[in-house]
Amino acid sequence: MTTTAPARDADREAAPTGRAPRALRRPEVGAAVAALAVLVFFAVVAEQFLTPSGIGTWLNSASRFGIMAVAVAMLMIGGEFDLSAGAMTGATGLLVGVATTGYGLNVWVAVLVALVVAVAIGALNGFLVVRTGLPSFIVTLGTFFVLQGIDLALVKLVYGQVAVQGFSDVPYFDSVRPLFGGVIRVGGASISVSVLWFLAVTAVATLVLLRTRAGNWVFAVGGAQASARATGVPVARTKIGLFMTTAGAGWLVGMISLFQSSTVQSSTGVGDEFIYIICAVVGGCLLTGGYGSAVGAALGALIYGMTRQGVVYAGWDSNWLYAFLGVMLLAAVLVNNWVRQRAERLR
Amino acid sequence: MTTTTAAPLRLEGVSKHFGGVTAIQRFDLEVAPGEIVALVGDNGAGKSTLVKIISGLYQPSEGTIEINGEQVTFRDAADARAKGVEVVYQDLALVDLQPVYMNLFLGRELRRGPLRVLDRKEMARQTQQLVEDLDVRIPSARALLGDLSGGQRQGIAIARATHWASGLVLMDEPTAALGVAETAKVEEVILKLKSRGAAVLIVSHNLDQVFRIADRVTVLRRGTQVGTRPTAGTDKNEVIGMITGLSS
Ligand SMILES: Nc1ncnc2c1ncn2[C@@H]1O[C@H](COP(=O)(O)OP(=O)(O)OP(=O)(O)O)[C@@H](O)[C@H]1O
Ligand SMILES: [Mg+2]
Repeated sequence: MTTTAPARDADREAAPTGRAPRALRRPEVGAAVAALAVLVFFAVVAEQFLTPSGIGTWLNSASRFGIMAVAVAMLMIGGEFDLSAGAMTGATGLLVGVATTGYGLNVWVAVLVALVVAVAIGALNGFLVVRTGLPSFIVTLGTFFVLQGIDLALVKLVYGQVAVQGFSDVPYFDSVRPLFGGVIRVGGASISVSVLWFLAVTAVATLVLLRTRAGNWVFAVGGAQASARATGVPVARTKIGLFMTTAGAGWLVGMISLFQSSTVQSSTGVGDEFIYIICAVVGGCLLTGGYGSAVGAALGALIYGMTRQGVVYAGWDSNWLYAFLGVMLLAAVLVNNWVRQRAERLR
Repeated sequence: MTTTTAAPLRLEGVSKHFGGVTAIQRFDLEVAPGEIVALVGDNGAGKSTLVKIISGLYQPSEGTIEINGEQVTFRDAADARAKGVEVVYQDLALVDLQPVYMNLFLGRELRRGPLRVLDRKEMARQTQQLVEDLDVRIPSARALLGDLSGGQRQGIAIARATHWASGLVLMDEPTAALGVAETAKVEEVILKLKSRGAAVLIVSHNLDQVFRIADRVTVLRRGTQVGTRPTAGTDKNEVIGMITGLSS
């Protein structure tokens, strides 16, 4: 084997030079650096930021966005978007809230029914996208409005108000709560169970993407759908699976917000779909698909969670958050664009 | 045709319509083991369409396909691959954002251990071996495919098809982007496939190449099969006449 070394060295001279070391070419590197910078920044400007309760608060915030951002990142790597992802978190929570408080359904059953409904809607999203060949942007925009409309109309119909009432009084509420809305005391900090879910989802997504065949197909269908199809990759199955995963994550986050706050509004989650996409892009996902990482999206959500709380702790007007988000997004897109040009050079 | 070994490929009355357009009109062909058949015709004649029908990407509107004597209906490319059909597509069917080794193994990734995780190391190792055998000079098996030159990319697509080839290999203009030395190397590989008993259907615009390697040549003109000749029994002028429809 060593005899081939000289030939390969010669080849290397002809290859593009000035490459960064492999580790620096991972999609999440930029987000990791940015996350560290944001952490240090708020640690300096806001005293509460690194206190145990401060950490618990921004971790909780990051986790609810992070679970979705990771799923949305996988979907984006697969070349698709899901604009119904935010509304899904509200819809699943409402479904459980209404079914239990309004119709007396057992809360365990309601939680499972909501999962089935969510995954079915995800499958429908995927099926429509795969079958029609329409951009998922449009298809899921439709789903988004349908969900939002149902959310608003349903809650109003049942309660005459915009939020679910009396959820914490339903039977067995206390037996489900630890699973989604529980709090674990670590030292002086209260860490939400959602943070564990966040870690687990990120870990599983990373393993699937990098270690399994299905994960490899996600990269392939997003990067070059026609090539993936020509090499026998089950394109339709992969994409539908991704939409189902995103919807399933929507259910998880829906349950987390429902059981954390014991209520849910008909507007819950609406507008968050763009936050998820921003987190994924900040984490290195290309909008054009085929490139990105779950860890990156998780870091993107961490940046978002830290900033959201950091701005409050620093005593600033919370609207600064949006300006910051915009800047982060632009910076991330510029970096990603550079990455893609690298990939498309020398064609 | 009773008890002789079944042909790796047999097409009978294969047609393909795209809406109102007829891309292929009643095409018949049989390719024997160890035989190289060239498919020639002008741009838009329907050559790539025929390749995609055999590889499972398109379903024929009419007609039957037999692989090794068994009539088949491919729903997708995976079905065709499972029957031993290997393809070099005209557009190469590569994924720029993935490493070279993953392009070679896409759709049939190697896995290891009880958890069936991807065996990237082994895929990279085999790829290195493969490209060295084929003299495809690339920086590394782990290089990003998008960083390769046009010829290197074509080399990768050919390595992918020939590595697993046993029964039938379809090649849609496999040497279009290659230099003289690389073309010679690929022709050598095709002849090696032939000696291994594989059937090869090669699309080429290069008639010198057709006469160098093919046993027979079949001509398409605007979707219609004009004729099939043994290369030993025809010449370039006749084939050009068949392609263009002008007798010379
Ligand atoms: N998916 C499709 N939908 C509609 N028409 C198609 C499709 N694919 C091919 N065609 C048409 O079928 C005809 C044959 O195309 P094909 O790609 O098979 O030609 P070709 O012989 O491979 O040409 P070339 O030498 O340029 O590669 C063309 O008129 C083309 O426009
Ligand atoms: Mg063609």
